[in-house]
Amino acid sequence: MKNGCGSGSESCLSSMEEELHVLAVDDNLIDRKLLERILKISSCKVTTAENGLRALEYLGLGDPQQTNVMKVNLIITDYCMPGMTGFELLKKVKQESSNLKEVPVVILSSENIPTRINKCLASGAQMFMQKPLKLSDVEKLKCHLLNCRS
Amino acid sequence: MNTTVVAQLQRQFQDYIVSLYQQGFLDNQFSELRKLQDEGTPDFVSEVVFLFFDDCSKLINTMSTSLEQPDNVDFKQLDSGVHQLKGSSSSVGAKRVKNVCISFKECCDVQNREGCLRCLQQVDYEYKMLKTKLQELFNLEQQILQAGGTIPQVDIS
Repeated sequence: MKNGCGSGSESCLSSMEEELHVLAVDDNLIDRKLLERILKISSCKVTTAENGLRALEYLGLGDPQQTNVMKVNLIITDYCMPGMTGFELLKKVKQESSNLKEVPVVILSSENIPTRINKCLASGAQMFMQKPLKLSDVEKLKCHLLNCRS
Repeated sequence: MNTTVVAQLQRQFQDYIVSLYQQGFLDNQFSELRKLQDEGTPDFVSEVVFLFFDDCSKLINTMSTSLEQPDNVDFKQLDSGVHQLKGSSSSVGAKRVKNVCISFKECCDVQNREGCLRCLQQVDYEYKMLKTKLQELFNLEQQILQAGGTIPQVDIS
């Protein structure tokens, strides 16, 4: 049974049995804090990572000794990050043979560059969203994801 | 609770915050930030904003160092710093700071050291100005709360 995702404070999550666990990746502390807060208000469980490598560790793709591996329902990552970009992270996730490749990856960017957007979508990104993020953006995202789930 | 005092303070707060938007210090993203604050997280906005000011201070120092030697400017590091600052300022709604960053990036792109120095000075000025303004705003908020009132929702549209 799905709730309508209309206006107002009606949360799409109210029909879900478990909360969405989101891995939020961004090298900018302020953006991380913002993203975390927005996701928490939207009733998501949030784990933050400050770069691609950390993100991969949390996902179990890093150090084989890594025990702190978690199951996530969604990855939201900034595009522009030093070291590994969000695009590179996306590709690593999608190249996986495990269930991990089914995890939707959303790319965030402050820049609206069509070639960038297209290459991300072509490589399997669920969505490409413009920064700065607003509360309403995540509400829309959740609706989109929940509708895709079943 | 003295309702007249509260009403007066609320009015003051409203006028002040509207003036900050009108004068271009803040843009809509700041309103979005305020939406993320509630009774459970009453300091969210001020925390984020002060993190931003800290960030400004550190980045400006680093960028200043990058620009020091006329023959040896690290434009790559500079660009990275400007990118960060532009991102943060955009995320908190610091409109003037963000706009300077846009010019700053252009100067970096063409390796214009003089232009970069000017932009750096401007960014320093703007963030400090905004800091003063927002400290005043938070001060008004505190006064309202202490007088037993609630902080008004302000619709900027």
